[in-house]
Amino acid sequence: MDRRTLYDIAHARTGDKGNHSNISLIAYRREDWDLLVAQASEARVAAHFAYRRPSSVTRYLLPRLAAMNFVLEDVLDGGVNDSLDLDMHGKALSFHLLTLPIA
Amino acid sequence: METLAIGCGAGFSGDRVDAAAPVVRTLIARGGPAALIFETLAERTLAAAQLARRANPDKGYEPLLEMTLRPVLADCLAHGITIVGNFGAANPGGAARAVAELAQELGLGRPRIAVLGGDDLSEGEGRARVAASLGNAFDADRFVCANAYQGAFEIADAIRAGAQVVVTGRVADPSLTLGPAIAHYGWGRTDWDQLAGATMAGHLLECGAQVSGGYFADPGRKEVPGLEDVGFPIAEIAPDGSTVITKADGTGGLVSAMTVKEQLLYELHDPAAYITPDVVADITAADVEELRPGAVRLSGVRGHPRTPTLKANAFFDGGWFGDAEISYAGPNAEARARLAMEVMRRRLGDVLTLRFDLIGVLSVLGDDAGAMLAAVPPGGATDVRLRVAARTDDEALIDRLHREVTALWTGGPAGGGGVRTAKRRRLTMRSCLVPREALPASFTFAA
Repeated sequence: MDRRTLYDIAHARTGDKGNHSNISLIAYRREDWDLLVAQASEARVAAHFAYRRPSSVTRYLLPRLAAMNFVLEDVLDGGVNDSLDLDMHGKALSFHLLTLPIA
Repeated sequence: METLAIGCGAGFSGDRVDAAAPVVRTLIARGGPAALIFETLAERTLAAAQLARRANPDKGYEPLLEMTLRPVLADCLAHGITIVGNFGAANPGGAARAVAELAQELGLGRPRIAVLGGDDLSEGEGRARVAASLGNAFDADRFVCANAYQGAFEIADAIRAGAQVVVTGRVADPSLTLGPAIAHYGWGRTDWDQLAGATMAGHLLECGAQVSGGYFADPGRKEVPGLEDVGFPIAEIAPDGSTVITKADGTGGLVSAMTVKEQLLYELHDPAAYITPDVVADITAADVEELRPGAVRLSGVRGHPRTPTLKANAFFDGGWFGDAEISYAGPNAEARARLAMEVMRRRLGDVLTLRFDLIGVLSVLGDDAGAMLAAVPPGGATDVRLRVAARTDDEALIDRLHREVTALWTGGPAGGGGVRTAKRRRLTMRSCLVPREALPASFTFAA
């Protein structure tokens, strides 16, 4: 069994707009791109963030950049102006995504 | 035609005031046409500025404006580096006066300062437009202000009319960069690919250090040299809209394909449709390549026709926010912090919807409803800080929350210390679309 996580093959960055979070996921090495596409599916990412109750999780692929972009809607408890979270932007969520195990 | 270089001097309200000077020195050393942008207006910054202006009609622009411009204004004026900033916030006219006063104090004469208007929808017809667009979501009793995102062409017009400094309120962040590029290259309103390319250059610049090593370092994985002196970025924009990202000479930080890719996707949703007032940019066929260490080229951005509407953000009074914290350390600290949490739940849970965090156990990834914290089994953390947060229309209830956490000092579990309390007014935001023709943008030269 592969004990690795996405953190071992990719880097990521979170941005926010209103109550939505976007998380980029970028392969360090182009040869890991297919593995990243297979592992970081919309369904697995949605399950990983289920506790935030996203209304939708959408993945956009950018193969020329060996990068993908996830948009998680309604996961920020109202967003920067509403959330009670210390991290009201959800800046740290990228590192939560990177803890997704490679199955 | 000579390539245009655009530097970034600030990426948010409160950014480092010593960041712009190395950028300006680099622009001067490289020679050629140049501009300097300041992006200081996040979503909620403008609402706070609107409130500041109501409290004092002379305020409501970027509080750090004078500290930020003082180190660079003389050099920019002397070397023809156009300054474009949304530091006007809720009071662009006031900001222009502040810039004029600073120029006078520094013995720089009377620079040509353009003031961009047309974004404020807080009153009259603008308010009616927002109300119509939001429908039932428009709460007239709580409405505070609304501003629409304006585009780049009025910035370009002001520069072509001779502006040395362009002061704006709400403008789409990348339009601050696109404006000087349009003025320089003379692009038309339907040169979609060029507009889109320079828009993405602006997108890369608009958060300051975030493309040049900030918000990136992860020791052992993603190293950034000299992070304490991270240099701010410069985009060299070519006639076809492609761009090369570098940073200020002699600074720390890092510009690499990795930093550029991360920032390219920052706050992006559909990569085929990045919508600004000027264009719909599409990066699905874009390439990011390192030309040499510290220089990264973005090319292949495509543009599609702009949309008929402009985005506006409306803000409403959201009552009060408050939180309070107390710490526990040493053996069984987590159990004591959890007991304090239970005491607060029992004493306040009936009158306030509370968010709890156990800093040192789980505090950032959790959700307001506490689902994730509830799923974390009690452990043996030995340095834990309980945080209790709430929002309510009733300020007295926030004060009560503060008293309750403070009372844990003497009436809570053993060894509780370090109580801190805070409260502030809340503003809630709703976004909507308004017809473009309802918002005639314009500029005037400050007297």
